[in-house]
Amino acid sequence: MLAKIKEFLGIEAKPEELASKEEVEKVAEEKAKPRIGYVHLSGCTGDVMSLSENYDILAELLTNMVEIVYGQTLADVWEMPEMDLVLVEGSVCLQDEHSVKELMEAREKAGLLVAFGSCASTGCFTRYSRGGQQANPNHESFVPVGDLVKVDCALPGCPPSPEIIAKTVVAVINGDMDYLQPMIDLAGYTEAGGSDLQYKVVNQALCIGCGTCAMACQTRALDMTNGRPELNEDRCVKCGICYVQCPRSWWPAEQINKDLGL
Amino acid sequence: MVLGTYKQITLGRSTDKQIQKISQDGGIVTALLTFALDEKIIDGAVVAGPSEEMWKPTPTVALSSDEVMAAAGTKYTISPNNMVLKQAVRQYGLEKVGIVTIPCQTMGIRKMQSYPFGVRFLADKIALDIGICCTENFPFESLKTFISAKAGVDFELVEKMDIGKGKFWVKTQDDLISFPIKETHGYEQNGCKVCLDLVSELSDISTGSIGAPDDWSAVQVRTDTGETVFKQAVDAGAIELKPIDEGKFGLEMLTKLAKSKKEKAMKEIDRRKAMGLPVPYKGSSEKEDPLANI
Repeated sequence: MLAKIKEFLGIEAKPEELASKEEVEKVAEEKAKPRIGYVHLSGCTGDVMSLSENYDILAELLTNMVEIVYGQTLADVWEMPEMDLVLVEGSVCLQDEHSVKELMEAREKAGLLVAFGSCASTGCFTRYSRGGQQANPNHESFVPVGDLVKVDCALPGCPPSPEIIAKTVVAVINGDMDYLQPMIDLAGYTEAGGSDLQYKVVNQALCIGCGTCAMACQTRALDMTNGRPELNEDRCVKCGICYVQCPRSWWPAEQINKDLGL
Repeated sequence: MVLGTYKQITLGRSTDKQIQKISQDGGIVTALLTFALDEKIIDGAVVAGPSEEMWKPTPTVALSSDEVMAAAGTKYTISPNNMVLKQAVRQYGLEKVGIVTIPCQTMGIRKMQSYPFGVRFLADKIALDIGICCTENFPFESLKTFISAKAGVDFELVEKMDIGKGKFWVKTQDDLISFPIKETHGYEQNGCKVCLDLVSELSDISTGSIGAPDDWSAVQVRTDTGETVFKQAVDAGAIELKPIDEGKFGLEMLTKLAKSKKEKAMKEIDRRKAMGLPVPYKGSSEKEDPLANI
């Protein structure tokens, strides 16, 4: 499964052809469980809390499907081991040498690096930081992890919903690259905010006033006025979710037809 | 397929005299929502309800048949229904939400269900999406222009607006005024010009007046959910059916208009792409079926 993703992302040379679904499953069974790491940088832990809200699949996931090999409070190790996949929560503080080092090391030791949550993928709320605060006034510059390392896949959201996490996990296990494509594309979406609706949708003659952005906004920063989104900048945390959910930003037609059985 | 995937296409109308009186055409949306509420298939519905301003709808969570009835009839301007979905679930505590959507709103909902990035525990609570046929939508100021300048009627006196037979109709207590639909061109919102969907191809059940005689609606039953609810409503006698006319004023007209909307939109999509503007849909050279909603 991971080989397939790596192949898709061009990380490794192409493995042998997998002929059928049965064979894929067989390979998956025979292979060791994917080794997952969790790196917690400057975020509020909300993303991992959202992950843990998947009560129904969590036990099965953690016991039988993956192996957590690295992560604060999750694994009792000091040295970062080699990992198949690492989830990075939080943005990275350029003045915090430990964060920078941990991120660089994670990139080096993980096959796939996922920017997990909006802080990691867009910088989100930490974009407002200007330093001059306790406990360290020098901690001024917080950037999405994609500014320092190559991100393979991004899951924005403040936090990402439990369902999108579950759907992504299922897609990864099934090697469903079609489903994961938007997350791969979103790895490049690092400068986000409610103003994207004006710049990238309204200014481009694409807005149809459906209200999906206002519904999706996780901080109630958006209202609809005369059929167009109106942003309250003071409430916007720059998570990017409004633009990500907008039906006019990107349009996953095939996936939707598949999900609806049409 | 220019009408999207459907299991059944038929004419239908509400059997309820009260609904017939207040509805735009066959009263299918009102009949389905009141039926679904009564049968507890849904515990509330997002509709384009009345606001303080005449003819300016506001997205409303309706919890009773009366509230659904108060929202009956077409308003030819924007009602961002999707925006109150979260409210319906979080604030009103609804577990099974019905919603009335025009095609672009249906698309917003379906994208959210397939990719609920930041939308927690909402996607699975949408129990019924009734789509309505939509050629284009108008900003509220455009609508005001039609009524006051083109039809020459006081906004407050308007009882009903309608589009049909190539004309925009304005009905007051004493008068029935019309002007050619061509005269509305240039007043529609620009986002509509790249829309490939006339008939809410992704809804559970879609309905509209095109292809139906007066006081009836054409209905397309699309998903399994839609099929179940529609069958129940028909079996219970809330909706009566008759076959859709295959000919010029029936299916042929619906197909023709759906196709022409798609062709016009494809031209605009290609034109915008050639200028380097972003459009979320594929250009005509990038897809097999140039009229597919992708």
